[in-house]
Amino acid sequence: MFFTSYDFLIFLLVLFFLYYWIPGTYQWRLLLAASYFFYFAAGPEYLVYILTTTVTTYAAARQIQNNADRQKQYIKEQKELSREEKKEYKNKQKKIRFRWLMACVFLNIGILAVVKYANFAIANVNGLLETLGGDSQISYLTLAVPLGISFYTFQAVGYLIDVYRGSYPAEKNPFKFALFVSFFPQLIQGPISRFGDLSQTLYQEHSFDSKVLCCGLQRMLWGYFKKMVIADRILTGVNTIIQDTGTYSGAYIFVGMIFYTLELYADFTGGIDITIGIAEAMGIRVQENFIRPYFSKSLKEYWRRWHISMCNWFRDYIFYPVSISKRMQKISGFSRRHFGEKVGKRIPVYLSSFLVWAATGVWHGANWNFIVWGLCNWAVLMLSEELEPVYEKFHKRFSLGEKRGYQIFQMGRTFLLVCVLNLFDCYSSLEDTFWMICSMFTKGNWQILWDGSLLALGLTRLDYLILALGVILMILVSLWQRKGKVRERIAEKGYPLRFCVWYGLFLLVLLLGAYGIGYDSSQFIYNQF
Amino acid sequence: MRQEKNGKRRTKRYQRERDRKRKQIRLAVSAGIIVVSLFLLEKLLVPKYVDGVVEGAFVQEYYDQEKDFDVIFVGDCEVYENFSPITLWENYGINSYIRGSAEQYIWQSYYMLEDTLRYETPDVVIFNVQSMQFDTSQSEAYNRMTLEGMRWSPSKIKAIMASMKPEEKFLDYVFPILRYHTRWSQLTKEDVEYMFRKKQVSHNGYYMRVDVKPAENVPEGRVLKDYSFGENAWKYLDMMRRICEEKGIQLILIKAPSLYPYWYEEWEEQIVDYADQYDLDYINFLTLVDEIGIDYSRDTYDAGLHMNLSGAEKLSDYLGQYLIEQSGLSDRRKEKELCKIWEEKTASYEKEKQDQYQYYGMEEEN
Repeated sequence: MFFTSYDFLIFLLVLFFLYYWIPGTYQWRLLLAASYFFYFAAGPEYLVYILTTTVTTYAAARQIQNNADRQKQYIKEQKELSREEKKEYKNKQKKIRFRWLMACVFLNIGILAVVKYANFAIANVNGLLETLGGDSQISYLTLAVPLGISFYTFQAVGYLIDVYRGSYPAEKNPFKFALFVSFFPQLIQGPISRFGDLSQTLYQEHSFDSKVLCCGLQRMLWGYFKKMVIADRILTGVNTIIQDTGTYSGAYIFVGMIFYTLELYADFTGGIDITIGIAEAMGIRVQENFIRPYFSKSLKEYWRRWHISMCNWFRDYIFYPVSISKRMQKISGFSRRHFGEKVGKRIPVYLSSFLVWAATGVWHGANWNFIVWGLCNWAVLMLSEELEPVYEKFHKRFSLGEKRGYQIFQMGRTFLLVCVLNLFDCYSSLEDTFWMICSMFTKGNWQILWDGSLLALGLTRLDYLILALGVILMILVSLWQRKGKVRERIAEKGYPLRFCVWYGLFLLVLLLGAYGIGYDSSQFIYNQF
Repeated sequence: MRQEKNGKRRTKRYQRERDRKRKQIRLAVSAGIIVVSLFLLEKLLVPKYVDGVVEGAFVQEYYDQEKDFDVIFVGDCEVYENFSPITLWENYGINSYIRGSAEQYIWQSYYMLEDTLRYETPDVVIFNVQSMQFDTSQSEAYNRMTLEGMRWSPSKIKAIMASMKPEEKFLDYVFPILRYHTRWSQLTKEDVEYMFRKKQVSHNGYYMRVDVKPAENVPEGRVLKDYSFGENAWKYLDMMRRICEEKGIQLILIKAPSLYPYWYEEWEEQIVDYADQYDLDYINFLTLVDEIGIDYSRDTYDAGLHMNLSGAEKLSDYLGQYLIEQSGLSDRRKEKELCKIWEEKTASYEKEKQDQYQYYGMEEEN
């Protein structure tokens, strides 16, 4: 069931009706049933994966919580214990909790690794064997990637680490926890929610409020507009360019990377709008995942605004623990001694970042392209960090920082940088990506931008017009967002205007949406992550 | 003091009541605007089939008829282009209607018949067997042209369910605007002109063409892996036979004299066996070409695929005689009311005939 399918809309209609019809105490149970129905519809065989993650994470979290509670109780009761004895006891208990944590994390990340990355590993081993002249090859596994496995695994692992850290107590009710892991709007493409945030409203009773429902529906509608009018329309052009490297190179790649970056934004943010809208319509608050990322003035800022929940996850559960780990402290000490205080201080940060960006690349896909994409991001970020003093001198000298024109230049520069990096996402091999990037500078076929060649990409003049207007609308909405929530601002207007805005948007989706026969409405790009 | 409080309370209650009413009115007006605008949009966007591809308009024309037909044809283009109900009436007083449509699959023919039986019970049902070659729907466009014209009924729902290709959705049939939402960029003045009115494009389901394109170099049928008709096709033929038996209707199987698509000997044998087994009449017009006087150099408008008017009138004349003699149908030309209806139909038929002769720069043959 895609978000854009009729089945899903009917499913939602029934769910919303039942949700506000049944007593509030049953609402979260209904959501659990709906989430499992949704997952079952995606493929009954996938249920075993999500159930395994749910059961093991719940059990491990309970064990950790019980152990922590026992420890507290024991310390409270054994007042005669010396400080050393208490410390020793605490360390011993912490080790037990750590073992539970690691066992569960390894199991779940292991499942994710096998399902998503086993064939990638096999392909690399086979390549190596071939290079070494070996005849034998390892056969590939035939495993389908369960819907949203990366998202729910990360969400569950994040929860377990938080329980281990004592950020919040483990959930006692296994069914409530099952809902946290499987909450269906998030399964498609996130965001990766924290238990502490989501649980505040997920299990609450919500009585019907037309304003809440309308607010959620409006957000969904905006998401559908981005997905169906812009992303799915531009997809034709993107596919034409990237699927034929022989024909489309040079300036076509420039066009393709702009198209792809717009598609990715409209697709991913559109999907998240739908997710947040569905939750909002039921009174549930899901965290924002984007804050106008293409208005960023640097790549660093971009990664604070793009796929926020994933970036925060990597920061909190990989970057920080690795940075402060004993091994990293040793490296830090070593580098300070050998390279001086200034450089030595940075080496652990850079190493931890390297690890995070390699992991981010791997998370995005089982392909060297993604790994290199992650490392390129790391390289640019580290280079920017290193060049920071130079920038400061430059800005002091010319004081351009506050000027509007320079800010727009910075945004454009960051956007183009993101576009180029996104090319790693488009092509299946590093070689192709490299040559396509090079061809932009060597081919010199820029006349295709105005000689009508772009009309041979499967997009008509009308498509380009719709895309242009759609993109302008997205930009305008982003600009309005800077002054506050757009929906709230529209809600302050008179009823006729509000009605025209939302019904107009509905008609735009209805009439301009790339859906139905004749359109191969695509899955969301992040579906299989 | 108390009076003041009561007054304030009353004012508040009044305001609440006023707000509630205002909300209700707003909701009703909004719902009205949405329903009406979507209705108008749908009317505008659905294809009208009045020009060019007119085949999509045939099915719905049946519902405007006085339903008291002696003979109902069901089937694909081999019925609606090869038989003229006007000739059947003029020469034999047979009141007939063709419920045919482009590439009508047998399950659609069955449900078309089931739908017809909701309104009337004819004496004879004629089914053209060419569509037995298909066991599943081949084209969404043809599905649409057949199914959209049907009035909503359990038969239509079953017809849709039986016809949908994997990529099709039932909801698209319920709300055609979902299917045709992109047509706004292809709208013509006909789309506005025929939003609320229809233009008759057939003559009791007959699609007239007077032009001539002789049949030359008709290709032989390619060798097939399997010549057996599919299970689904047989299932619906059985259903058609059974429903006719239940209603006391004579079912006649025919194969129109279209040279292409090729009619294989192996297919012929299966139909002959079936007709023998259930004691059904089966007329293969391909074997009667000489007897009827079909001349493929003059009687077809598309090189042997379909008859033109001349060919259709010859075939209808033969079929009319057969129906009078073999099926015992009586001449109804003495029924005044019916004659009046047919007078109008004949006039429209003659007019179109003249218009087409003029359009193609031809002279009427006598």
